[in-house]
Amino acid sequence: MMRRYIFRRLLISIPVFFGITIFSFLIMNMAPGNPVDMLINPNIPKEMLEIRKEMLGLNDPLYVQYVKWLSGLLKGELGYSYSSFASVSQMIGERIGPTLLLASTSLVLGVLLAIPIGVISAIKQNATLDYVLTGLAFLGTSIPPFFLGLGFIYIVGIQLGWLPTGGMTTLGGTGGIGDILVHLILPALVLGIAIAGKKVRYVRASMLEVLQQDYLRTARAKGISELVVLHKHALRNALIPIITIVGTEIPLLLGGSIIIEQIFQWPGIGQLTMEALLSRDYPTLMGLNIVAACIVLSTNLVMDILYAIVDPRMKYS
Amino acid sequence: MSVTKLSELSWRKEAPASEKKESSEQADYMIETYAGQLKRKFFKHKMAVWGCTTTLLLLIVGLLAPWLAPYQPNEVTAAFSAPPSLTNWLGTDQVGRDVLSRLLYGMRISLLIGILTVVMYVLFGSFIGMLAGYFGGWLDMLLMRMTDIFLSFPYMLVVLVIVSVLGADIFTIMFVLALFKWPTIALLVRSSVMSIKQTDYVRASITLGYSTSRILCIHILPNAAAPIIVNATFGIAGTILSEAGLSFLGMGIKSPQASLGNMLHDAQSLTVLTEQPWLWVPAGFVILLIVLSFNFVGDGLRDALDANA
Repeated sequence: MMRRYIFRRLLISIPVFFGITIFSFLIMNMAPGNPVDMLINPNIPKEMLEIRKEMLGLNDPLYVQYVKWLSGLLKGELGYSYSSFASVSQMIGERIGPTLLLASTSLVLGVLLAIPIGVISAIKQNATLDYVLTGLAFLGTSIPPFFLGLGFIYIVGIQLGWLPTGGMTTLGGTGGIGDILVHLILPALVLGIAIAGKKVRYVRASMLEVLQQDYLRTARAKGISELVVLHKHALRNALIPIITIVGTEIPLLLGGSIIIEQIFQWPGIGQLTMEALLSRDYPTLMGLNIVAACIVLSTNLVMDILYAIVDPRMKYS
Repeated sequence: MSVTKLSELSWRKEAPASEKKESSEQADYMIETYAGQLKRKFFKHKMAVWGCTTTLLLLIVGLLAPWLAPYQPNEVTAAFSAPPSLTNWLGTDQVGRDVLSRLLYGMRISLLIGILTVVMYVLFGSFIGMLAGYFGGWLDMLLMRMTDIFLSFPYMLVVLVIVSVLGADIFTIMFVLALFKWPTIALLVRSSVMSIKQTDYVRASITLGYSTSRILCIHILPNAAAPIIVNATFGIAGTILSEAGLSFLGMGIKSPQASLGNMLHDAQSLTVLTEQPWLWVPAGFVILLIVLSFNFVGDGLRDALDANA
């Protein structure tokens, strides 16, 4: 049963992958200018340009161009940047490390903040503490990340001078893990707070549901201490649904890191996106878009399969 | 909604509610209308009441911005980069425009974009969701793969890219913001429709030979409305936040026109950030206030309607 589910799930992602590539290709075609006009200097005679276009296949019908582009894509070729002429896949490869570091740290931080807050507010349901914590969670989801980021830079970075506010390492410094970690704190905190704000509600709701189950009453009736009841019986079951919800954060993290990386000068994919946006570097933008979409597609797939393995009660539909 | 419709809804609500422990409330359900019950539940939620009041106030201020603003948003006043004073309550920006006036106009634009975008994608998403949920089969398969495609692109990234390709006027921004949000509504409506489709009254309508559009719009859609309304309220908050982010990056509403996001854009320079806080702190708090109040209204509605969205 489960093997069939996984197989079906894999099969379904194939048309979605092609859909993503078709959609991206169409947007790229709507962009003004074409590679030849953008790359070659304007003094070259028109006839030469036409020959060049013909050679590059730019005069082919759209679907032929798509097939050619797609076969390149499957080999990992994402084209060349209009502004730096470097290979897009290489550029992305160089910048993806810092983004993955920032995103995973923020995710872990967000979940680590959300679980205790959500659990406490579920245990203290409808008490003042519950209202305060849920209110804080709402504040976390409602505050614009760039405003929070600027606030942190202003207060923690500049007024108090506790932490560096830009870049991934100190300029001219020796670098090292410690240096990177110090630079990581503020941006990861901003993203982490946004994630935690959203997760608290899920943790709380999930915990509340588990707290009403009969097996908890049984456990208590057997005289097991409250702490063990909560930890061993309630929390474990409450956290299962959180797995899938963590998966839904990936697209938000990839999108949200654009703003955060811009504010904190974090040298990752987000900054590459901004550079490409400002120089209207469409091949790079499309490459980023496709890579991001594929990351999302595959994490969703992995999360679904993981969920099926973790929770045997799930119905396969 | 007709009277019979209301009683039908309150009857539907009664069953799960009776499982709750509050016995004093249980008796009231018998005579309380659905609308009355909603009102009571919503107003019990203090944050929701606060959110509702603030939202209404913000909407009124947004509507009346041209009359409330002391200056025109692009009018150059006496002083450049002046700190708050009696003539310019929130100071002026680098070009000498009044910050308070720009804040009011920016609020107006943010609310307009938030509400119109959500209206657009809720209508489209509900339509797709109804088709997929009601007809099922290959149509459902096709439409669901379409939502998968749209949901695979990280929202902020794809919106930024497409806005930069299509150009950043206000309608394009709303269109693109809506283009990647309808799938969430479609999924929600689809699952409601799939369960409502199985109810006896829908089967009865089919047996009675009612047209499909009548069944969908009159019998199914009103019963699927609760999660849509809740999701849409949160959607307004989210859209306003996204638009502000877009403008903050300089890719949304562009500078002569005032927007809350682009007012914070200038704070990326260190002088503005440290020496002219009046340029960015009020704008940030206004965005926070708008988003927070819509979120609280959404939360109140979610509790009152007992809907998971």
